[in-house]
Amino acid sequence: MLAWKIGGDQGEGIDSTGDVLATVANRMGYYVYGYKHFSSRIKGGHTNYKVRIATTHVEATTRRTDILVALNQETIDRNVHELEGGLLLADQSFSPVLPEGAQAHLLTLPLTEIARNLGSVMMRNMVAVGASAALIQLPLDVFLDYVTKKFEKKGADVVNANREAVTTGYQRIIDEYGALLTFKLGTPTPGDRLVISGNDAIALGAIAGGCRLMCGYPITPATDIMEALVRWFPAVGGAVVQMEDELGSITAVIGAGFAGARAMTSSSGPGISLMQEAIGLASVAEIPAVIVDTQRGGPSTGMPTKQEQSDLLALLHGGHGDTLRVVLTPGSVEECFEDAVEAFNLAEQFQTPVIIATDLSLALWQQSVERSSLNGPNVSIRRGSTLSQEDLLALGENVFQRYQFSPDGISPRSLPGEKNGQYLATGVEHGPSGKVSEDPTNRERMMNKRLSKLDGVTAIRDGFRYEGPERPTLILVGIGSTVGILREAVKQMGGQVGLAWFRTLSPFPVERVRNVLATAQHVMVVEQNALGQIRQMMAAHGVSDERFTSFLKYDGVPFLPEEVVTRALALLSPVEVQ
Amino acid sequence: MATLQEFRTSEKSWWCPGCGDFGVLAAMQKALVAVGASPDTTAIVAGIGCSGKIGNYINSYNIHVTHGRALPAALGLKLANRDLMVLVAGGDGDAYAIGMGHFMHALRRNYNVTYIVMDNHVYGLTKGQTSPTSEEGFKTKTTPHGSIERPIHPLMLAVSAGATFVAQGFSSWQPQLAALIQKGIEHPGFSLINVISPCVTYNKVNTYDWYKKTLQNLDEDSAYQANDRSAALAKLHQTEELVTGLIYQEPSTPYEDLIPGFRQTPLVKQDPHVDPDTWDKILQTLE
Ligand SMILES: Cc1ncc(C[n+]2csc(CCOP(=O)(O)OP(=O)(O)O)c2C)c(N)n1
Ligand code: SF4
Ligand SMILES: [Mg+2]
Repeated sequence: MLAWKIGGDQGEGIDSTGDVLATVANRMGYYVYGYKHFSSRIKGGHTNYKVRIATTHVEATTRRTDILVALNQETIDRNVHELEGGLLLADQSFSPVLPEGAQAHLLTLPLTEIARNLGSVMMRNMVAVGASAALIQLPLDVFLDYVTKKFEKKGADVVNANREAVTTGYQRIIDEYGALLTFKLGTPTPGDRLVISGNDAIALGAIAGGCRLMCGYPITPATDIMEALVRWFPAVGGAVVQMEDELGSITAVIGAGFAGARAMTSSSGPGISLMQEAIGLASVAEIPAVIVDTQRGGPSTGMPTKQEQSDLLALLHGGHGDTLRVVLTPGSVEECFEDAVEAFNLAEQFQTPVIIATDLSLALWQQSVERSSLNGPNVSIRRGSTLSQEDLLALGENVFQRYQFSPDGISPRSLPGEKNGQYLATGVEHGPSGKVSEDPTNRERMMNKRLSKLDGVTAIRDGFRYEGPERPTLILVGIGSTVGILREAVKQMGGQVGLAWFRTLSPFPVERVRNVLATAQHVMVVEQNALGQIRQMMAAHGVSDERFTSFLKYDGVPFLPEEVVTRALALLSPVEVQ
Repeated sequence: MATLQEFRTSEKSWWCPGCGDFGVLAAMQKALVAVGASPDTTAIVAGIGCSGKIGNYINSYNIHVTHGRALPAALGLKLANRDLMVLVAGGDGDAYAIGMGHFMHALRRNYNVTYIVMDNHVYGLTKGQTSPTSEEGFKTKTTPHGSIERPIHPLMLAVSAGATFVAQGFSSWQPQLAALIQKGIEHPGFSLINVISPCVTYNKVNTYDWYKKTLQNLDEDSAYQANDRSAALAKLHQTEELVTGLIYQEPSTPYEDLIPGFRQTPLVKQDPHVDPDTWDKILQTLE
């Protein structure tokens, strides 16, 4: 396991440099996890990209960095403390200074100058890639192959210049610092893996799940979903519409859902707030809709490029009136794919809006994922209860009751275009036929019908997962990107520590939560918000007691596994941790 | 061929006797019959307001959405099933206040739906407040000393925003209105038909009689050609939009035809599964 990081100013190609390393290491059979630090600026401002390279599945970042590549002094000043004796490779062009007390070996190479001599300072990053390959002791040829492929379209001159840049970086390290190179990655596990983010996985899941319309409005960190679908939809005949706002986005999705297509929108906090009224419409008119919330720091514009999980209460209760929404919370990139598919199934089966809540870290950071876990053509698609044209013809004219009462609250729907299926779908309270009704008895029955549908979701979905010992001293409870971090913390701690995570927040999986947590001596709920929103939900459902503590963080920075370990150990007596 | 009767529902009308919206409803039903529409392949999207109740009275697939959002719902509906004939209806507040953003973007997007705005220069459903099309000086409960804002001119806005079909009708002039709606439905793109639809309860200024005296009918103006954007603007300016008839139309290709890879077969009739070859090609882009 090794952690490499590159830092510089935004707009200097830091991302693409990290991507090269991650992609190549992944192709070699290593598992990678990339973590980007960036801010809401296009040019300027510090940015860095940390890539962990491991021989087993990895889904979190760590405190320590083994190799830091610095393209400016600020990168050193901000990140050198992570090195703990590791290697710091800096560009000679800025005359790097190692701060007093820093524990690092400073290596310098004239990265910029090498690039300039090869024809363009733009290639500085490629020199850094070559140098990094040498520092990590990865073979040069795989990087050269990658570069050749990548620049193929730009012609032989560009390919050769870039190959030269990588080679020079590599060779200079071997020549000048060969003696310092002690890192040795374990043997890779060959496999068929892709380096993808949660946003990629959601876009893929949407396509696999039959979604063919996406209406959205750009917002960090959700935009990638829309952009991925712009790229992929033409192949499956789908359409992406960049709407004028999120009010329009969600309403267009509802229009499409009414028509019988699978449609989605994705946004982040500010856009989700704008959608609340329409989500209520979808609930009351019983129209399928899928909404993705990639949470970021809120409220208002908050910290748009920072990690947070603070929309949870709003996702459940943000709209006016008594409505219930299905809220799915994938805890890994693989689960993003699964839940994206399932969201469309649940939305149609239960004729209701379904929200997928992720967060910035889960949405953006890329990691190695087995191709076999992205089996698009093989997913199951459940369209829910609909009436065919034959059913409707058999019924006759003016007989169909769109909202007829039923034991599970689900009424079969007709789709526009079918004879004898016409009805009114409205946000106004209505009777079984769809006609507006203010009758008090009808109102209560209709409300109960809609609310009762969520029992069906509880029945078919395991909303709370657990992995760990049978009699745990401690269970760490997490959600979203925190799950991967907790998994790593559990590994680091060993002992009788278990991990539980929410896959569904609504309907709240009360029974599962109670059962899973029953045997734990301690429960630590780890969430990235200030109010302890998950803990509040647990308390509201009567599943929080004196064994529970919260570990909250709302500084915009993801938890580190080490932080969780420290907190957990402080909670347990030394005897309890073997 | 469906008959007028087939486009009616058993729902009792909720509107005040004499409301202009009755005329809009009748003209819509006539236009649907005239274009050979069928209730099962017709979808009506309505906003919130007295006007928004119109869907309750037309036998078709109806969706009654949130205030101001009828146009985006219609976009989603049309893209989901482009075989449907999609009509959108709502009030002047729905269209030009809370829904103004969507209105402008629907014009530039030019998707193939017909938008009928039932313009009474007032908020009817909330019992008489000023609306974006109320004239300066118009007294309502929220403007007891008269409106101090300038009215919106929706037709000029539409023509200058790049609309491909702009018309105005009057709910009392049935044959013209029905013909305009029919033309709008037949237009392959976004068509705006602003309909003067007097509110007999809350607007005592812009009454039937007042309109009959002030409205100019373009059908009687043989010199007017509806294919010239600047002539249209000049006419609207000169009449202060007190004019009925087809104001502007140009040949158009609807949005649905321009989306890369979008098929003629409606989305709802396609297999939702992705085939293995396409899937592999998609995953290749991530390698
Ligand atoms: C978000 C929201 N705000 C306010 C209202 C209250 N409201 C209902 S209808 C309406 C105005 C209706 O005026 P108009 O669109 O001109 O329709 P009319 O009743 O005149 O036909 C308002 C403000 C609402 N339903 N929703
Ligand atoms: S209040 Fe005005 S707009 Fe509403 S139904 Fe009565 S007359 Fe028509
Ligand atoms: Mg009005």
